[in-house]
Amino acid sequence: MAIHPVSSPPPEGTRRIVVVGGGPAAHRFVDALGARDGAGSFEITVLSEEEWFPYDRVALSSALAGEKDLTLGAPGFWDRPGVLLRSGQRVTAVDPGGRRVRTAAGETVPYDELVLATGSDAARPPVPGADLCRVYRTLDDVRQLAADVPRLAAELGRRPRAVVVGGGLLGLEAAGGLQKLGADSAVVHSGKWLMSAQLDEGAGQALGRLIEAQDITLHLGVRPSAFHFDGPSDGPSGGKGTGARATGVDLTDGSRLDADLVVLAIGITARDELARDTGLAVGPRGGVVIDAGCATSAPHIWAIGEVANFDGQCVGLVAPANTMAEVCVDRLLGGSATFPGFDTATKLKLSGVDVASFGDAFGATEHCLEIVYADPARGLYQKIVTTRDARTLLGGIFVGDAGPYTTLRPFLGRELAAEPGAYLSAAGGEAPETDLPDDAILCSCNNVAVGGIRDTIHAAGSCEGEAPVQDLAALKDCTRAGTQCGSCVPMLKKLLETELTRSGIAVSKALCEHFPMSRPELFEAVRVLELSSFEDILARFGTGEVATAGRGCDICKPVVASILASQRNEYVLDAGRGALQDTNDRALANMQKNGTYSVVPRIPGGEITPEKLAVIAAVAQKYSLYTKITGGQRIDLFGARLEQLPEIWKELVDAGMESGQAYGKSLRTVKSCVGSTWCRYGVQDSVGMAVQLELRYRGLRSPHKLKVGVSGCARECAEARGKDVGVIATADGWNLYVGGNGGATPAHAQLLAKDLDDETLVRYIDRYFMYYIRTADRLQRTARWQEELDGGLDHVRDVIVNDSLGIAADLEAAMARHVDSYEDEWAATLKDPERLRRFRSFVNAPDEADPTIVSVLERGQPRPATAEESAAGPVHLSGPVIPVRKA
Amino acid sequence: MTETLTETTPWGRAAHQPFGVGAPRLWHRVCRTEDLEDSWGEAALVDGVQVALFKLAGPEVYAVDQRDPATAAAVMARGIVGSRGDRPTIASPLHKQVYDLATGECYTDPSLRLPTFAVRLADGWIQVSLGAEAEAAA
Repeated sequence: MAIHPVSSPPPEGTRRIVVVGGGPAAHRFVDALGARDGAGSFEITVLSEEEWFPYDRVALSSALAGEKDLTLGAPGFWDRPGVLLRSGQRVTAVDPGGRRVRTAAGETVPYDELVLATGSDAARPPVPGADLCRVYRTLDDVRQLAADVPRLAAELGRRPRAVVVGGGLLGLEAAGGLQKLGADSAVVHSGKWLMSAQLDEGAGQALGRLIEAQDITLHLGVRPSAFHFDGPSDGPSGGKGTGARATGVDLTDGSRLDADLVVLAIGITARDELARDTGLAVGPRGGVVIDAGCATSAPHIWAIGEVANFDGQCVGLVAPANTMAEVCVDRLLGGSATFPGFDTATKLKLSGVDVASFGDAFGATEHCLEIVYADPARGLYQKIVTTRDARTLLGGIFVGDAGPYTTLRPFLGRELAAEPGAYLSAAGGEAPETDLPDDAILCSCNNVAVGGIRDTIHAAGSCEGEAPVQDLAALKDCTRAGTQCGSCVPMLKKLLETELTRSGIAVSKALCEHFPMSRPELFEAVRVLELSSFEDILARFGTGEVATAGRGCDICKPVVASILASQRNEYVLDAGRGALQDTNDRALANMQKNGTYSVVPRIPGGEITPEKLAVIAAVAQKYSLYTKITGGQRIDLFGARLEQLPEIWKELVDAGMESGQAYGKSLRTVKSCVGSTWCRYGVQDSVGMAVQLELRYRGLRSPHKLKVGVSGCARECAEARGKDVGVIATADGWNLYVGGNGGATPAHAQLLAKDLDDETLVRYIDRYFMYYIRTADRLQRTARWQEELDGGLDHVRDVIVNDSLGIAADLEAAMARHVDSYEDEWAATLKDPERLRRFRSFVNAPDEADPTIVSVLERGQPRPATAEESAAGPVHLSGPVIPVRKA
Repeated sequence: MTETLTETTPWGRAAHQPFGVGAPRLWHRVCRTEDLEDSWGEAALVDGVQVALFKLAGPEVYAVDQRDPATAAAVMARGIVGSRGDRPTIASPLHKQVYDLATGECYTDPSLRLPTFAVRLADGWIQVSLGAEAEAAA
């Protein structure tokens, strides 16, 4: 094996690394180097010809279906010091002697170490017209296709006919995606069955039946012999709207297919032109030849990912690319890691069809056993390949139900814990619960072994200092297991639960010592039994003796308060419910650090009249309140004492305002941009929709706060994708995004449904909010809830859009009850003297001001005095009312 | 406001001073028991001292310092009453430290302690003694 002498550091002590290419391999390389090079001894420049941040190509099909953000890494990944990503920069030449590269813009970039991660292109068959066909390879390709289908449909006045050449993983993804977009897809595949590189005949046929069931036509055992186009042949069909349009495809059996759109997905060709020009060794069928350390034939030049040819082949899968990146980083840091060869395990979900193949899927090992369950009628095929003694797992194939794949995958090359048939779920087998060995790989995308995950859970070798990492999201962040294709997440979750149970950390779903159940379970129980008081609920469901003697606590009481509010929507402080409320709900205001409160009137959609603004201003002046504009397009008035709240609210309610519920785990604001009413770019009335939504969901209590945003066009000025529910206008209606939030771990909302009319939009939001309210854990925001639900966003979509659980009508009815029973909490408080009593400062001196509340002026407004300022004596503006004007 | 039941002494905020051995206990009549809702704390001004009063079912009544030991803000009456095992507790409304209502011991941060006051019921009145933290615990 050739190991390069690594260049000595330049004077500043940093080595300059240039990475050519900005795909997943480059991303992983930078990530791994950043994680391991604590000393900051490298300066990395990534030159990428694509305009995008490195993105997740495995998920391209979801970009075809919607607008999912495929960017790899957390926001800010590329902002770290020592890392420079330059997109739109194509490297045209390498000077290995002078150790520099030249870009298409003519710029020269010097390096100490050069990493080629240029990836690959879609292969094109040597057939006339092939150069005019579309391909399925990059985000740009996919966006082009997503635009092609509706454009062609409009031009042709019918469903466009799409022919996809290639019945492998990408080809089927493309065909399924195009079908969903409204095209009639056909797949041309040279093999006798689909995915013939990964599946045996039985599996391929089962898959074929499932694909045909989706009205995708299959042409197997044939190749294209010519592609026909109309119009000017100056670029791929329809490119920029000027190129040729496909008309048909000739096949090798003499037949001809009509086609309006042709997509090639027959494999990859390594982007090795730079390496060839530089004189590096390349394989006979392309690819930069590397050794097990990812070194190329030239010193200081490395290659990783799909461009790298190892053992005579290039492979277009993300797992080996990640492994190569890790190996390369290790080498640069002086290590001796080696690339173990390609892991070609595949699992995909193709418009609902599960397919998985791993290890020796074809049973090529001598004397191996193949245990097969096939049910053609149901489109099921499951096969496990073992050694002759039926004990060691060699590989497997699953079509239709890939459930056993995640369980089996880590056992590859190991002894199974049960006879193989037990793992065939389609045959009714039930795999035994077994312990995974420490060195088994749980996440093959990121090459994460079980042992490392266990260590992280038990705080040995954890990446967050010495603190054990004991929830799923943190475990994923920390170990990176399950962050790529996600297929191992169920296993990861199970491992986490097993380990926690074992170490005596109850994975108990108990809320607290008083309730042995989780919030969703309690919610359901309370709902079914129609319980209405904490005492009844505790007596019925409380833990053992606690049920009689216990008093609840600051965990379970607010949970019960929230559940009762969500289900019954009664005034939250009456009938003993007041004592259940958390700090802010208790006073219907937000407690600040000095025990005063802030007051937030509702300003639906952020729209407010000058008259109401004047009322807010007058109240703020009269009560010496500090005023600040909130992030949710409202006005926050700070510094009100408990006993002042009713009089402040009386003035606001009299002026037509109502509680903004800024204090509740409830709907907060619906933020909007100004929309089509005023804006030159707006395509829908975003303010009108925002006001409608805010008035519909006001007062809705939930496991955590809820925020909504409505943008009037794709420019997204309302930042709706940072909200739990984001609504973005399109020319045809509204796109609905769900599960976004800001906060400590920001998340972008994900597309749930497109181009909805007003009525459907509201119906889906009704269902989404109610489903969240019923099933989320305590204080779990929508982003985390969606992530932890089995099936994730797809499951949410099934429930909300397809009503897969048959509860949509029930969810809507629950929301309708909420809407009908809404009453402004402050108006309700003011009209009842018994309720007003709860706002007295002292039980024996109801109007006495708390003398310890002291304010000082800063920038013309009051703020709480610091301890030192309070101690220093009366140089301050004190709490009592400073009358501005007597009305 | 508060009606003092015996003579006022010069101790002022006696809860924070050791209670003199043999000194007369001073009971302040604060409010009627029915003035308090179950488990809903309220502040009271007792001889200028802010006291947090809690009535639990029974009734049992507890009096503690209204000031949050962690921040000195006068808010403890607005916390959530609960229990740990068979001990009655109060959680600070600001940062949720949990204290034993009877002893003032903090379960979540042993460095904190919530001063407690002696309290009694007499003829439907709640009475608090400011100076007898030590005696009340005894």
